[in-house]
Amino acid sequence: MSVSDLRITAPGSDTVLSVRDLKVWYGTPRGAVRAVDGVSFDLRRGETLGLVGESGCGKSTLGRGVLGLLPTAAKTAGSVVFEGQELVGASIRDLRRLRGPSLGLIFQEPMTRLNPLLRISEHFDETLRTHETSLSKAQRRRRSLDALGSVGIPPTRFDNYPHEFSGGMRQRIMIALVLVLNPAMVVADEPTTALDVLVEAQILRILADIKSSYDTAILLITHNLGIVAEACDRVAVMYAGKIVEQGDAAEVFQGPQHPYTAELLRSTISLSTTELHSIPGAPPDLVDPPPGCRFHPRCPSAMKVCAERVPLTVGSELGHDVACWLRVPDHLIGVGGTVPLERQEIARADEA
Amino acid sequence: MPRSWEGTTSNSATPPVPAERTGPLRTLRRSLAPVREARGLPKWTLYVGIAIVVVFVVMAVFAPWISPYHFDQYQSSSGARFPKTGHPSGAHPLGTNILDFDVLSHIIYGSRTALEVIVLAVVFSLVIGVPLGLYSGYFGGWLDRILVLVMDAMFAFPSLLLAILVAVYLGGKFTWLGPGFGGVMSAALSITVIYVPQYFRVIRNSVISVREEPFVEAAQVLGAKPRTVIGRYVFGNVVQNVPVIATLNAADALLTLAGLGFLGYGVQPTQAAEWGYDLQRALGEVSGGVWWTSVYPGLAIVLLVTGLTLVGESLNDLVNPTLRRRRLLPVTIADTAEEEGGHVGV
Amino acid sequence: MPTKPELLDVRDLKVHFPLRGGVFDRLAGRDAGSVKAVDGVSFTLNAGEVLGVVGESGSGKTTLGRAIVGMAPVTGGTMRFEGDDLVSLRGNERRAARRRLQMVFQDPHASLNPSMDMLTAIGHPLRIHGVTKDEAEIKHRVSETLERVGLSPVERFLYKFPADLSGGQKQRAVIARAIILGPALLVADEPVSMLDMSVRAKILQLMIDLRDDLDLAYVYITHDLASAKFFCDRIAIMYLGRIVEIGPPSQIYDDPRHPYTRALLEAIPDPGVRREVPRDLPRGEVPDAAAPPLGCSFHPRCPHAFAPCGWESRDLRTLLDDRWAGQAEEVFERERGLLGDLTVLDRPATRATIPAGRGHNGDDVNELLERVRASDPAEPFWRGVERIDVRSSEAEVGFRTGVDPELVRSGEAEVACHLYDEYAPLAAD
Repeated sequence: MSVSDLRITAPGSDTVLSVRDLKVWYGTPRGAVRAVDGVSFDLRRGETLGLVGESGCGKSTLGRGVLGLLPTAAKTAGSVVFEGQELVGASIRDLRRLRGPSLGLIFQEPMTRLNPLLRISEHFDETLRTHETSLSKAQRRRRSLDALGSVGIPPTRFDNYPHEFSGGMRQRIMIALVLVLNPAMVVADEPTTALDVLVEAQILRILADIKSSYDTAILLITHNLGIVAEACDRVAVMYAGKIVEQGDAAEVFQGPQHPYTAELLRSTISLSTTELHSIPGAPPDLVDPPPGCRFHPRCPSAMKVCAERVPLTVGSELGHDVACWLRVPDHLIGVGGTVPLERQEIARADEA
Repeated sequence: MPRSWEGTTSNSATPPVPAERTGPLRTLRRSLAPVREARGLPKWTLYVGIAIVVVFVVMAVFAPWISPYHFDQYQSSSGARFPKTGHPSGAHPLGTNILDFDVLSHIIYGSRTALEVIVLAVVFSLVIGVPLGLYSGYFGGWLDRILVLVMDAMFAFPSLLLAILVAVYLGGKFTWLGPGFGGVMSAALSITVIYVPQYFRVIRNSVISVREEPFVEAAQVLGAKPRTVIGRYVFGNVVQNVPVIATLNAADALLTLAGLGFLGYGVQPTQAAEWGYDLQRALGEVSGGVWWTSVYPGLAIVLLVTGLTLVGESLNDLVNPTLRRRRLLPVTIADTAEEEGGHVGV
Repeated sequence: MPTKPELLDVRDLKVHFPLRGGVFDRLAGRDAGSVKAVDGVSFTLNAGEVLGVVGESGSGKTTLGRAIVGMAPVTGGTMRFEGDDLVSLRGNERRAARRRLQMVFQDPHASLNPSMDMLTAIGHPLRIHGVTKDEAEIKHRVSETLERVGLSPVERFLYKFPADLSGGQKQRAVIARAIILGPALLVADEPVSMLDMSVRAKILQLMIDLRDDLDLAYVYITHDLASAKFFCDRIAIMYLGRIVEIGPPSQIYDDPRHPYTRALLEAIPDPGVRREVPRDLPRGEVPDAAAPPLGCSFHPRCPHAFAPCGWESRDLRTLLDDRWAGQAEEVFERERGLLGDLTVLDRPATRATIPAGRGHNGDDVNELLERVRASDPAEPFWRGVERIDVRSSEAEVGFRTGVDPELVRSGEAEVACHLYDEYAPLAAD
């Protein structure tokens, strides 16, 4: 057993994206907002990684940070290596060249991303003409129809305008518009939040299909743990700008190792829930986050060490990482550190 | 750090508002918050604009004390007649004009006329345009359609021509207000006619969007009468547009007033000093090398218009959320040495 | 449970919004039709009872809630609330009824006036209804109510503006404003759907506590069957303006009858259960309410639909589209060429005439249809086809005329589905 500053995993050949100690901070009059504060993960080809957390935990910032879509005032540090190319510090032109053919993005609200004045066919033609200049008109048409077919849009609707489609169909079209360029990785930011449950299930099925048929890596950002369980191979749970637990989705949900994951699972209302549960308190202000473990003020099993030192990340062979003192062997914590943390009653005022 | 972290929320960083600070004062403080938080260019243009306007306001208010002579004075107290188009000199720092009046005094008294007309015109347009806009936007229906039609027709009409027509119609109708104020009143009203449609349109359009907000619906569900809903829920959320249009219109109103005066339909020269009229009278002398009778009134107009426009545009930048970009400050990522973290393999 | 007094009785409620047709329609005096947002909904609600209204967007659930609080124009039916018919009340009487009938909205961020502090906003209903104008009395009542919804210490919240509160706190304030007048019924339209997972349970718990302590009744409108499970005494499932199933949670969750209810239950993502996305997911989306499907509105999406469910021309168009989606381009071009203009199918009719394409005849059309049938004989569509008439230049598909299902009792619930009424024997074929 060894303690190292940072785990150095040689990214395997099938690793599409490798994020190491990524930080994204925003400056505000009150001080720096540490939206993403030291995040590391890998994404492999054909793999879906679910990024979950409550609103304001930094998951969308992380998704955008990976794509280089942050406002210029945001400061980024650390490393994001996409197919061997470092994206942190890359020029806007390089990033733009990658976006589309290599890096796709699926947004929450599909209507705002489609030009209401252009037919669906024109959207596809435009995209392919920009990024794949060698294709003939017939080839472009074939590629487009193939992509649309894989998401269940019939060729009879190829020349329709966006407003002639329903919300779910538009999201399918958006997905096809991303897939037509065959990107190595797709970031999907809450792709089903605006949709109804049944349509959401249809879209999740499509995402599962494209993962297998296109061998695309998907970073799925969502606040819904249920979606992760259904659509993702692995999951990363974010809290207050940090990933607190990541691993195989089924394994994490069956046996959550971090108290936050466990609490989040308990407070999710699903059909199998038997009693209502909620996490006391509210997420912290990221300008001035709590010292030590950021979850310790709300944690039911916080110890003395949790309020003082940033937790070590404990990893297993299977790639299940947990950043929690409860999982760290006692001899690394120090004497007296495991004493339960004495805490005042959390004021009801701070109940969200 | 001995501080307790229990129950820290994202809003605890803003100190709780002390309970005693209530009432309209606090509401004012709140609505001025964007101005107080202003930074950079909008802040400076706002301050420069305010400074210019304040200079003119001071001149207007204290005219009798500041001005060397009264505006219709053409001879000194000893009875000596002022020179006609006299060069700037010790007795007349900005010279005298073709009617023997002191140019400086006319500038100073002219600011009084200008501000009186502007204030009256803005107040009248507000009093007429805002309630009509509120009513029209909130209730909609046929009255709304008619009002929109009428206002659009007025808007489409050449504004100066409209003002002239009204000025001609109102000419001499306000003599009962006294010789000085009557002219100001009719000039203000002819300008009002031009600006009512603007207030109406802006207020009506923002009412239409606010009307759809859930909190307006919530008030209706609570059982509030339309008057209450408009007064307490709608008005407060559209009124922030008013200072912006008011200051921008004020600048425009000054130009219209000067235009009316220039064409001879404004405040009559016997009633008050007015820059536009002075300019018109000065035109004939320009070719003769008499520059001071035209440059100084012209400069006054330009300065006051610039001041008001600067205030209006910067307010617009500060108050209008679509123009106000979320400002992000530069940030350096601190080397978080005190954070250990790290990884343990099991 | 002893039966509590009846609070709200809704009978055959209809909210139809007239459609504005094109210029020519209006000039010709033609009726452009209407959107039947709520189309004949009936239920009763007792004091302290919670009715869950569940459905997708476009189901009319929100319009139903708005109609109950008087915010949507009722075009038919009655709503008796504490003895008064809300539909016929006007003006001040209607406003007075609102004291006992309040609403909680979906978006807590937008349902509070940004320029009012909590004291003013929550105390405003007292002024509106002339309960009291005394500042001290209002402050006292507001403090009491804030305490009641868990916003304490009260002094910290009285003078806060909505912008200073978190989402959950805002929703508590909205609830406080709704209960300060002592209502008997709260219409809650998706009160937790915009809140974070960790907060939803808190707000739901607050609503449950208020029901228990104040004997409040709720109409709880949601798209989420999971949250309704904890809260509701009865659940109504809505689809395109109608209730398709209504009953106690025990039956809705454990033994759902309507295929739509079953689909909704299956589609809820559940982190506790690792499973594949259900394979018999209803296809398509909620259709346009301005032109609802014939017969049962759900039949185009229903995996169990059969002959009497209302098959029609538009279903044929969908069937062809689905076949061509993802088909190789040559196959599509070849098959599409056999047929003429397909937009004739977009007008709802029980007889669908498909013209043959240029250079083809009715036999070619029929042959293609038979090929489609052979590729998936289990497709419910074919159960509604009575005959195919082949003519020289076209083929006509005749469908069995559909019947609109009525609510019938099935177990403890009522369900509007032909699988449970007199047509049920036909389903076995």
